[in-house]
Amino acid sequence: MKIGTPKEIFEGERRVAMTPESAAALQKLGHDCVVETGAGAEAGFSDADYKAAGVEVVKTAAALWKAADVVAKVRAPDATEMKRLREDQTLISFFSPVADEAKMASAAKKGATVVAMEMIPRISRAQKMDALSSMANIAGYRAVIEAGNNFGRFFTGQITAAGKVPPAKVLVVGAGVAGLAAIGTSTSLGAITYAFDVRPEVAEQVESMGAEFVYLDFEEEQQDGSSSGGYASVSSPEFREAQLAKFRELAPEMDIVITTALIPNREAPELWTEDMVKAMKPGSVIVDLAAEKGGNCKLTVADEKIVTDNGVTIIGYTDFPSRMATQSSSLYATNIRHLMTDLTPEKDGVINHDMEDDVIRGATIAHANEVTFPPPPPKVAAIAAAPKKEAAKELTPEEKRAAEVLAFKAQTKNQVTLLAIGGGLVLLAGLYTPASFMQHFIVFVLSVFIGFQVIWGVAHSLHTPLMAVTNAISSIVILGALIQIGSSSGVITFLAIFGIFMAAINIFGGFLVTRRMLAMFQKS
Amino acid sequence: MELGFTTAAYAVAAVLFILSLGGLSGQESAKRAVWYGIVGMFIAVVATLIGPGSGLWLLSLVLIAGGAVVGYQLATKVEMTQMPELVAGMHALVGLAAVFIGFNAHIMIGYVDNHLAENGAQLGGALANGTWIQSVEKAVLEPLSAFGQLIAKKTTVEITILKIELVLGVWIGAVTFTGSYVAWGKLSGRVDSAATKLPGGHMLNAAAAGASLILAIIYFATGGLLPLVLLTLLALFIGWHLIMGIGGADMPVVVSMLNSYSGWAAAAIGFSLGNDLLIVVGALVGSSGAILSYIMCKAMNRSFVSVILGGFGGPAGEQMAVEGEQIAIEADGVATALNEADSVIIIPGYGMAVAQAQQGVAELTRKLRAAGKEVRFAIHPVAGRLPGHMNVLLAEAKVPYDIVLEMDEINDDFPDTDVAIVIGSNDIVNPAAQDDPNSPIAGMPVLECWKAKQVFVSKRGQGTGYSGIENPLFFKENTRMFYGDAKQSIDKLLPMID
Repeated sequence: MKIGTPKEIFEGERRVAMTPESAAALQKLGHDCVVETGAGAEAGFSDADYKAAGVEVVKTAAALWKAADVVAKVRAPDATEMKRLREDQTLISFFSPVADEAKMASAAKKGATVVAMEMIPRISRAQKMDALSSMANIAGYRAVIEAGNNFGRFFTGQITAAGKVPPAKVLVVGAGVAGLAAIGTSTSLGAITYAFDVRPEVAEQVESMGAEFVYLDFEEEQQDGSSSGGYASVSSPEFREAQLAKFRELAPEMDIVITTALIPNREAPELWTEDMVKAMKPGSVIVDLAAEKGGNCKLTVADEKIVTDNGVTIIGYTDFPSRMATQSSSLYATNIRHLMTDLTPEKDGVINHDMEDDVIRGATIAHANEVTFPPPPPKVAAIAAAPKKEAAKELTPEEKRAAEVLAFKAQTKNQVTLLAIGGGLVLLAGLYTPASFMQHFIVFVLSVFIGFQVIWGVAHSLHTPLMAVTNAISSIVILGALIQIGSSSGVITFLAIFGIFMAAINIFGGFLVTRRMLAMFQKS
Repeated sequence: MELGFTTAAYAVAAVLFILSLGGLSGQESAKRAVWYGIVGMFIAVVATLIGPGSGLWLLSLVLIAGGAVVGYQLATKVEMTQMPELVAGMHALVGLAAVFIGFNAHIMIGYVDNHLAENGAQLGGALANGTWIQSVEKAVLEPLSAFGQLIAKKTTVEITILKIELVLGVWIGAVTFTGSYVAWGKLSGRVDSAATKLPGGHMLNAAAAGASLILAIIYFATGGLLPLVLLTLLALFIGWHLIMGIGGADMPVVVSMLNSYSGWAAAAIGFSLGNDLLIVVGALVGSSGAILSYIMCKAMNRSFVSVILGGFGGPAGEQMAVEGEQIAIEADGVATALNEADSVIIIPGYGMAVAQAQQGVAELTRKLRAAGKEVRFAIHPVAGRLPGHMNVLLAEAKVPYDIVLEMDEINDDFPDTDVAIVIGSNDIVNPAAQDDPNSPIAGMPVLECWKAKQVFVSKRGQGTGYSGIENPLFFKENTRMFYGDAKQSIDKLLPMID
């Protein structure tokens, strides 16, 4: 199969879906690669780099679309590109099945297959293909860098000869992938970082990144993000009020606010209201990563940086990943490459579009002349649902008593049975054996009994010394040999000599080694 | 010296032995307890030497001194990692000694029989009340040793019982001897530790046991030497074949079982010699070994019989497929995680003993503890090749025993632990034991190390554990494989820990 990547047409898009490195990996899967000339130029990959990696370079987009069996790109296709899409061709790109419904339908009609990168299910196995996460990671990082670029002070607090500098305070709203990346970047620059998310279970992740989680005084049971595939969902009006009140309280203190709150397939929720912006100090910066979906702050203007009357900078860029095209291209190209690996299970250059596979099925929105969106729920739950906390059933005192009595009865029954059988056997033996034997037998039975009582108390860690010491004292057979050695028979004396010698080795060896071991056990 | 004194000495020795075993309930009291054992043994030997019936005591002392020299050499030279084979080897000695003593008893019976016949009396001619059917002159009994007189005074029934006891002593002793010898070979690597059986397998053992029984009955009837020798040979074969059929990781059970056998052999000998101290000690040792075997079996969730018969039983069914991949990591990655961690649990296994990595592990522990981190060890009851094997190795490396915890004490702490390091163990940390009802080790209690935030597994290669089953732990998302010889891996890691 031939995999082709055209130059992105979208205004300001600098990323590219194939890098020389990913092309090399794709070729190992048995595919051929082709790019449009200048496709990687903006991301820092020249045509020569591609050629060196064994990639064919074609002059025009038209030629590329014609040549390629699989077209991998970043942005959803525009009208021209939709025209070029043909039957049996596979298109892999970002492709919103909701916003671009008409395109999806027309692609299906043509008989093309479309794999939408944002539809890759969020399950562990598919993490390596999750382009939303890899792009969000970059956006989060870049958001802090952009904020720093527009912020007039240090992030970290310093006490210098030229005076004291307070640390910047950063609030990150929404602790998804982008939020966490922003938190990490911000804390490593030295700012005091706060973070908020409607999903309380992420508090631990936030704290692990070195930020402080902002808790609400709110009683209602908060949502469990795992039910919605790890994404946030809409919260109740009361909850929203509590949330806004908290933000209002924080607004005057914050120097930098980074909002990342998005709900899948919805307009971004308004979280940073106009009055909060007004309450902020001049020189503060707001970076609204939700600008493309309307913004978490209503003052945000998409793709622009504005300064409000009270001197607060609001950044509404929507192309953060594109601003770091080299980095984002290589991550995106790797995501695509992993997807291709799953699509080419035999590594023979033949694509097997397995609609039974959760990941491939979930991401495919058009296949075999049909629209295949929305996908059926995946067979593997994305994230294990938080186990329902079931309070251990409190036993009533009567039930407890009954259980105890039952256990006691069972134990008694066991013991009595054992004693009866054991006792019976001993009595039976007593009937047929002489008294002299029984005298010794009593000693034997009592000793076994003592042995069982004593050995249960031995600490687990001392089992090896126990074996060594029992080994040493089992050489008590030496007594037998000592008694016999005085015999008048030569053979007996001879065998007894061996017996004494071996048992003596054992006595000394066993006790010495036990002592050696025990001496090693030390308390701290 | 009178018999009364010897018996009294035996009573004192017996009490001391019991205290000696009981003292092992704690590390500190154990140090005192071992002296009780030594004193007990001393009293017992001295009392026997000066008591009635013993002769050639100078030769005996020389022999004991010789044994002491050899025993001293053994005990001081042995590496702690070789402890399992030392213990197994010593069991072999006890077993062999029991066989010799049993044979001596047999010879003595013949000798007394002859002696009585020459003097016109008959073996077993005594009545239950100690009087004689024929009048036997006291002078006739005089030349016999104490043991000989004991036999001469027995009734016919008592002689038969003596023979039963003797056969039991010899048989168990012989099984212990070859079994321990094979266990010693397997543990020291002189014999391949894989389970091997002759064609016929357990049927062969069963046949040999059956034949032994028949021979024993013949022996009771005729009292001839030949059936006894044949029986001994069969017992030697059973011991050899039985242990050959048991694999390396089941050795904790085998060694404690042989420990138990050596005790029962001593008890049987005690019966035939009419010596109560032998009976007491034999019973103590026998029950001690039996309990240890039980604990080990419980820790593997297997029945004693299935271990002794070798191989894994249990429900056979489709085992869960393991998903995911094993992700390798280098020393610097492990070091970073350790430097960042606050709490660490180390799970050592047989691999640590094989690689002699305990000193490195102890050094790592010291460094981490010096950095203010909480470091603890989790010991599974069957880790290693001997009950308590890991404890001894760690103690040797001067790891304080109060941070070395057993499974039940520490299993609940894994979720609050930052890093768990698995060094050379496999089946004892296999989550399949809990998750997969079809797994051959299903139901075996395991250390739940995968609940820790991060798990590092130090392992030689990608192979499976002793039981030959895949370990899903290695495929978990929070698990990283730190491949390489345990000692070298730890040595690489050490300089990177601040």
